[in-house]
Amino acid sequence: MAYAASDRSQGPEAEGANPVTKQDISARLAELLAEQQESLGGAWVEAVARTLRGRISLAELDRELRELYAALIQGLRGDGLDWQGDAYAELRALLAELSRARARQGFTPTETATSVLAAKDVLAPADDTPAEDIRSYLQLSKLIDALGLFTLEVYAKTREEVISAQAEQLMELSTPVVKLWEGVVAVPLVGTLDSARTQVVMEKLLQALVDTGSDQAIIDITGVPAVDTEVAQHLLKTVVAARLMGADCIISGIRPQIAQTIVALGIQFGDIVTKSSLADALKHALRQNGADITRSGGTA
Amino acid sequence: MSERVPVLKIGDVLLVSIQVELEDQVVLELQDDLASRIVESGATGVIIDITAVEIVDSFVGRMLATTASISRLLDAQTVVVGMRPAVAITLVELGLSLGGVRTALTLEKGLEILARRGNAGPAGR
Repeated sequence: MAYAASDRSQGPEAEGANPVTKQDISARLAELLAEQQESLGGAWVEAVARTLRGRISLAELDRELRELYAALIQGLRGDGLDWQGDAYAELRALLAELSRARARQGFTPTETATSVLAAKDVLAPADDTPAEDIRSYLQLSKLIDALGLFTLEVYAKTREEVISAQAEQLMELSTPVVKLWEGVVAVPLVGTLDSARTQVVMEKLLQALVDTGSDQAIIDITGVPAVDTEVAQHLLKTVVAARLMGADCIISGIRPQIAQTIVALGIQFGDIVTKSSLADALKHALRQNGADITRSGGTA
Repeated sequence: MSERVPVLKIGDVLLVSIQVELEDQVVLELQDDLASRIVESGATGVIIDITAVEIVDSFVGRMLATTASISRLLDAQTVVVGMRPAVAITLVELGLSLGGVRTALTLEKGLEILARRGNAGPAGR
């Protein structure tokens, strides 16, 4: 950066002057930044645009970064180097907005943080920069680091929000209870079973038993990727609860591999009826209900 | 004196519909009443309707199991009907099972179970 390009005589104190206070530094920084707003801002945009490789339009990036730039100067003028101060409120809000937008658009943390940290490269002092300006730069560099961390923090928080929202949606989507026949309901389970999901499945299944007056329930685990002792425990709990209410529970969709795992783990399903396919389970449930299944052709 | 739980006789079946809060004293009296009514009437089935019961604890869970055991000794099968989902979940979470107690979704289905057993004769179950 061209610190040397600015007229040194405009500085608040002469070169080599004694103790430079923080106010002086931030005032000087604000002054330098404001002076070269056009060129530095442009260089910043260019640097960031290179890292994002055209995934965001140049005009938009330019607007974002110039706003940040202006807010940074405003912050330096108002609150010096204390980035948590009131004068930085706008800068923080802009950074948070930028970070959230990047997180939603699927940019990596590095790409997001680079948007801020690239400013350091742009502002880096040249060989002929006076010593006291270098000191100012070091302070500014610290400030930018702090802002970069803040950006990352917002990024991480946003991602977490997205994840928890998705988990919630998944929970709602993944536990439908369907009525297969008069007196027979089924829950096709898809995905890993944990205690939170088991609870939801259990509640929904039991409520469906009451609502439909069914006394046969089928839990289909075709979509459950793996069964370990914990998952088995959850399944058993659900079956026992259904039994307490007076319904019979059948577990279906046990794939060969899962059957092997279950035996290898020594899990006992006791007297619970298990079937390999949902069709077998339905047949069993209908028999239990006293229905006979025959082909209309005549032969069963 | 707190209210007693009525024991109603329908044919061969005794119906106990629990509508009051299950305090320890009430439960003990109910077990007394039920045992003597089974002997008096020679009933072969007992239905305990807990549709109205919203809260269970380990004591109530054990009570249901003991009552069933007592009835079985007197040659009457017990069916617990109308358990709410929340109650069933609580019992499972508490790790309680009702032992050999039969359960049914509704009173009607409970009566069916007892009728089937009656028809099946001495060997049936």
